[in-house]
Amino acid sequence: MAFLEISNLQKRFGTVDVLKGINLAVEEGGFLVLVGPSGCGKSTLLNTIAGLESITSGEIRINGRTVNNLHPSQRDIAMVFQSYALYPNMSVGQNIAFGMEMRGVPKAERDKAVAGVAKTLQISHLLDRKPSQLSGGQRQRVAMGRALVRDPQVFLFDEPLSNLDAKLRVDMRTEIKRLHQSMKTTIVYVTHDQIEAMTLATQIAVLKDGILQQFGTPHEIYNNPANVFVADFMGSPAMNLIPARIEANGGGVAVVLNREGTEPLQLKVANNAKLSAHAGRDVIFGLRPEAITDLSGADRTSAKVVNADCHVEVVEPAGADTYVVTRLGGREVIGRMRSDMQVAPHSTVPFAFNMDKAVYFDPKSELRIA
Amino acid sequence: MAQATTQETAVRTNVIVRAIIYAVLILFAVYYLLPLYVMLVNSVKPLDEIRQGNMMSLPTIFTLDPWRSAWSTAQIGVQPTGLKPYFINSVLMVIPAVAISALLGALNGYVLTKWKFRGDGVVFGLLLFACFIPFQIVLIPMARILGLLGLAGSTPGLVLVHVVYGLGFTTLFFRNYYDAFPTELIRAAQIDGAGFFRIFWRILLPSSGPIIVVTVIWQFTNIWNDFLFGASFADFDSQPMTIALNNLVSSSTGVKEYNVHFAGAILAALPTLIVYIVSGRYFVRGLMAGAVKG
Repeated sequence: MAFLEISNLQKRFGTVDVLKGINLAVEEGGFLVLVGPSGCGKSTLLNTIAGLESITSGEIRINGRTVNNLHPSQRDIAMVFQSYALYPNMSVGQNIAFGMEMRGVPKAERDKAVAGVAKTLQISHLLDRKPSQLSGGQRQRVAMGRALVRDPQVFLFDEPLSNLDAKLRVDMRTEIKRLHQSMKTTIVYVTHDQIEAMTLATQIAVLKDGILQQFGTPHEIYNNPANVFVADFMGSPAMNLIPARIEANGGGVAVVLNREGTEPLQLKVANNAKLSAHAGRDVIFGLRPEAITDLSGADRTSAKVVNADCHVEVVEPAGADTYVVTRLGGREVIGRMRSDMQVAPHSTVPFAFNMDKAVYFDPKSELRIA
Repeated sequence: MAQATTQETAVRTNVIVRAIIYAVLILFAVYYLLPLYVMLVNSVKPLDEIRQGNMMSLPTIFTLDPWRSAWSTAQIGVQPTGLKPYFINSVLMVIPAVAISALLGALNGYVLTKWKFRGDGVVFGLLLFACFIPFQIVLIPMARILGLLGLAGSTPGLVLVHVVYGLGFTTLFFRNYYDAFPTELIRAAQIDGAGFFRIFWRILLPSSGPIIVVTVIWQFTNIWNDFLFGASFADFDSQPMTIALNNLVSSSTGVKEYNVHFAGAILAALPTLIVYIVSGRYFVRGLMAGAVKG
């Protein structure tokens, strides 16, 4: 049995369905990231786990115990809020100790626990300050300290890094991952940043409009998206999603992409039963930018690299890589080439398409077909 | 060169404009302070000097007798008690009335913003309505209720009346202030295991300094200066300062002791003046805090 289980969870505000039957299960020590665009219900889901919002129906179990009707303080959870939510009238030390004070832990014990946590987070020198005297990163640490000191069964993080500047965000991300690795406590983490989701999670749940779109490891979510939404949402730059047609080609099938001013591009795929079934039909062809490269940058372990000449519209050097924009099937298609590739705009250069990584969706239902 | 001259002209115009602004400000300050000057000057003159008809001049003979008389010996109604016992009545009425109405307003604001319930908007609207009800309308029903409660003509009765009629304003102040107070703090405290009242005492109230000052000033001045409720609901031994001042000034026997009247009027206004001077800074700051951000 999983450590944190959410079964058929529904949440309704008046007539609005915010969560429409969510099922999730996380193993002990897992790091679950809830990700999705704003308004998808991810924060509401976190709040229902915390007990800050009631649920309309369904069940939430932590370590085998149903917590549906328990007060937040009795669920053995700790939460880090987006705004940090530090009590402005208390010092850092008092902030961290407040929960223990409410539970009647003796003063000496509280001080010891606060000192221990402060040492872990390197905020010992800040304990007497007020939150208003701290920088954003320091406040973030204090907020984590308040959660850590509780030593809960589950940590809940509500977009904890979104108020930090870009560099600090990356640092704190690493720090959270390191803390998780050393403590091995189960974490549920909400973010709208898909890179945070990829880097931190052991499992990702992608939500949209209160519906769980896909639940899996970061690798599964990234490489085997269940539908167009997940494919488009995860990854930066986003996956290329190109209208295409499947046609029978010799022994196998080919993906046919229309091009302006020249004959359609045919990308051969070795025989694939699922895809053959769609021969002669329109599909959405998905290929991530890193699977569209220059010839020498192509994945050598892949057996299905197809080379083709394409017209370059725009070249975007990004330091580590060069993004090259071409046009296929009426869409802009981004390829990722080595940074030292000399590509001129409006020239025609050879591209390598790694068809191993290709995914196919039904254009109507937007669900994965192959 | 041309540019330099325009700059010089700009500086010169600036000085002139500034001079005009200060002149106008000084004029208005004098205009506003004139009555206070007249009261102060005449309260330290012997009565004869006022009778000579020169209200604006400084005293030739300086005396504090009018102040002493107003405080402890002047004829108020039928008793020569001075304003002292009524001053004490007012203090005994104002302090509990301000404290209770501010505390209840804070609790109301806390519930209306952080523990929302179905129909909270309606409840708030009805409470706001209390701010617009003319006091004259409620005099008779209030008298009836005070009678039923056995509080008629007593200081606790006056406290009750002022608490009830202050609640609309205090709730409005605190609700607007707490509306901007981050709800995540309340949630964090809930997870930490603090209950309804603990969150109120430990988290919310310690962060409410500016709005408490605003509420206290507002309630203190209103209740201290109230005449209608004092005149309607107080007995002889619970009458507040304002009623006594009226009785002092309009007493129909003997000579009109203007100097004593001036001294008495200043005594009656003194507590509100002190409250403003002590906490006026916070008053503006509190109003701004409520208006702009939390």
